[in-house]
Amino acid sequence: MNGQLTDNGPDAQGRFGDFGGRFMPEALMAALDELTAAWQEAMADETFVAEFQRMLREYAGVPSLLYDATKLSEVAGARILLKREDLNHTGAHKIRNVLGQALLTKRMGKTRMIAETGAGQHGVAAATAAAYLGLECTVYMGEVDTQRQALNVARMQLLGTEVIPVTSGSRTLKDAINEAIRDWVASVDRTAYCFGTAAGPHPFPAMVRDFCRGIGDEAREQCLELTGALPDAVVACVGGGSNAIGLFTAFLEDESVDIFGFEPGGDGVETGRHAATIWAGEVGVLHGARTYVLQDEDGQTLESHSISAGLDYPGVGPQHAHLADIGRAHYRPVTDAEAMDAMALLARTEGIIPAIESAHAVAGAMELAEERPGSTILVNLSGRGDKDMGTAIEWFGLGQASEDGTPEPATEKQIAEGAK
Amino acid sequence: MSTSVAFEKARGEGRAALVGYLPAGFPDVQGGIDALTVMVESGCDVIEVGLPYSDPVMDGPTIQAAAQRALENGFRTADVLRTVEAVAATGAPTVVMTYWNPVSRYGTERFATDLANAGGAGLITPDLTPDSAEEWIAAADSHDLDKVFLVAPSSTDARLRYTAEACRGFIYATAVMGVTGARASTSDLAGPLVARTRAVTDLPVGVGLGVSNGDQAAEVARYADAVIVGSAFVRPLLDAPDTATGLKALAALTEDLAAGVRRG
Repeated sequence: MNGQLTDNGPDAQGRFGDFGGRFMPEALMAALDELTAAWQEAMADETFVAEFQRMLREYAGVPSLLYDATKLSEVAGARILLKREDLNHTGAHKIRNVLGQALLTKRMGKTRMIAETGAGQHGVAAATAAAYLGLECTVYMGEVDTQRQALNVARMQLLGTEVIPVTSGSRTLKDAINEAIRDWVASVDRTAYCFGTAAGPHPFPAMVRDFCRGIGDEAREQCLELTGALPDAVVACVGGGSNAIGLFTAFLEDESVDIFGFEPGGDGVETGRHAATIWAGEVGVLHGARTYVLQDEDGQTLESHSISAGLDYPGVGPQHAHLADIGRAHYRPVTDAEAMDAMALLARTEGIIPAIESAHAVAGAMELAEERPGSTILVNLSGRGDKDMGTAIEWFGLGQASEDGTPEPATEKQIAEGAK
Repeated sequence: MSTSVAFEKARGEGRAALVGYLPAGFPDVQGGIDALTVMVESGCDVIEVGLPYSDPVMDGPTIQAAAQRALENGFRTADVLRTVEAVAATGAPTVVMTYWNPVSRYGTERFATDLANAGGAGLITPDLTPDSAEEWIAAADSHDLDKVFLVAPSSTDARLRYTAEACRGFIYATAVMGVTGARASTSDLAGPLVARTRAVTDLPVGVGLGVSNGDQAAEVARYADAVIVGSAFVRPLLDAPDTATGLKALAALTEDLAAGVRRG
């Protein structure tokens, strides 16, 4: 991290081209202005930046490795480099964002953090940062998700965070965001909203990007050191898009580097059961930003679908919408089945079990490798797959072994246990 | 017809105006029109018709539940225009209160045209501030519609001035830092907010969020030009065992509130 605002936007209104901005209740405008000013001052303050970097290094295990995945590369027919964000504390890139926001919360003199979470990964990360920095923390989580992800609810509770199940709307991530915003409107004087992705109203898309951009800054340097050249392409999965924008930012000015985001294609975009927002959505306003949105003819938000809870969101960060619009980055869908195949492939070739989110990026890299054999493709392996074993057991029919060693499908009961 | 007509009339009678809200399509389109008509007949000076939306971040549980029910019953954006047309025909100035995406999706210019043709007075926009409203302001001005933006206790004086300059019709002052919903006591933040708003504009200032009965209305009417009531009107319709009972309760509540704004 260089402590500078990038020149990739946004403008003073928080717009990236036609996207972004701040579509929010007036009640939050003063707080968003205050947050923008505090963040910009903090990023210009060497003490803040040094403390952020110290926490990343000493607590989160950053910089993460850039791993030359030679066995996977053999299968792919291209050189695949994995940025091992799965090795960070709490098992994903998200620790970078929450440590940045929690440190900023302390600096602003606020004592409480709220966060939304889908599967619970951002919630666990926020709860971790709150515990580490001594902040009170409340996490909103759709009721449906609290039932599917009881283990993450328990993690947050053990870390001292209050988890509130959200029963409104579709009872999933987008409703958890709505409820967190409602809390924030009523508690903004002492509460910071630790937003989980590079979406939402200004300054969140830019602020979250800047807290995560170490991913790309490190990877670019590591790639030059390892291969003596820049990669031909960089690849990440895109839900809201924090890990992707964290990777892409360092490469935006490198004209020789192609940029690819892979969106959750669910059962296939043609089925309507997906969360491929840029690929299949249309421009609208959701959660404070103008961006691509999965919506019906009347602008009502549609429910999204993905096997990966972390990508299951009907909106996308506005800078991604802009990068797609100007053609600097390309976004394509990857289906549930392709992602699960990639999860198994990476596990068996390299002994790395990726998060299903990150498996979308691996699947995308395999597709690119076929199109451009011999090229170097840098993939952000944004998280580890421990949290996804319930889904894997069910998908692959794992969990029991017969006497000759062949896998047997788990029982319904085991699946239910695993899913917890 | 601008809402200013109703404010001038109320001012002429030496009282505050009563602004009543219900979401369109709740419990269904005709049921919503019937309910809003009862509110006009029982003493509302201005009607706000809500446009139900899937992600209403400024609404508490009561209005969320009503909007959700409208959506489940198949509410379409065109239904809000139908509702406005029917209610405006009673003679009460009628505005639409809407989150921004449904209007953006319908097409801002097209919505303004259709709203004006339906006899609507304008829009209240809870998640659109003048900062992002260039398109809407242009459309409203070309169709002679009211632009009602919100101010909050957290608004700085600079933002109050900025917002007031962009408003036409009236200014919506949110009485509390929080979402819609009936509250037991009126807010002590509303009075100072109204005073700060008056210092920067001559437009009427309406106060909303939390008012649910005549006594609270009377208290707010002492310092505001309008008392805005939403969730309290939704409640009897949600609770009533049948339509007739709901409408009867709605009429009684409206009369209580209308008496309240005359006591203020």
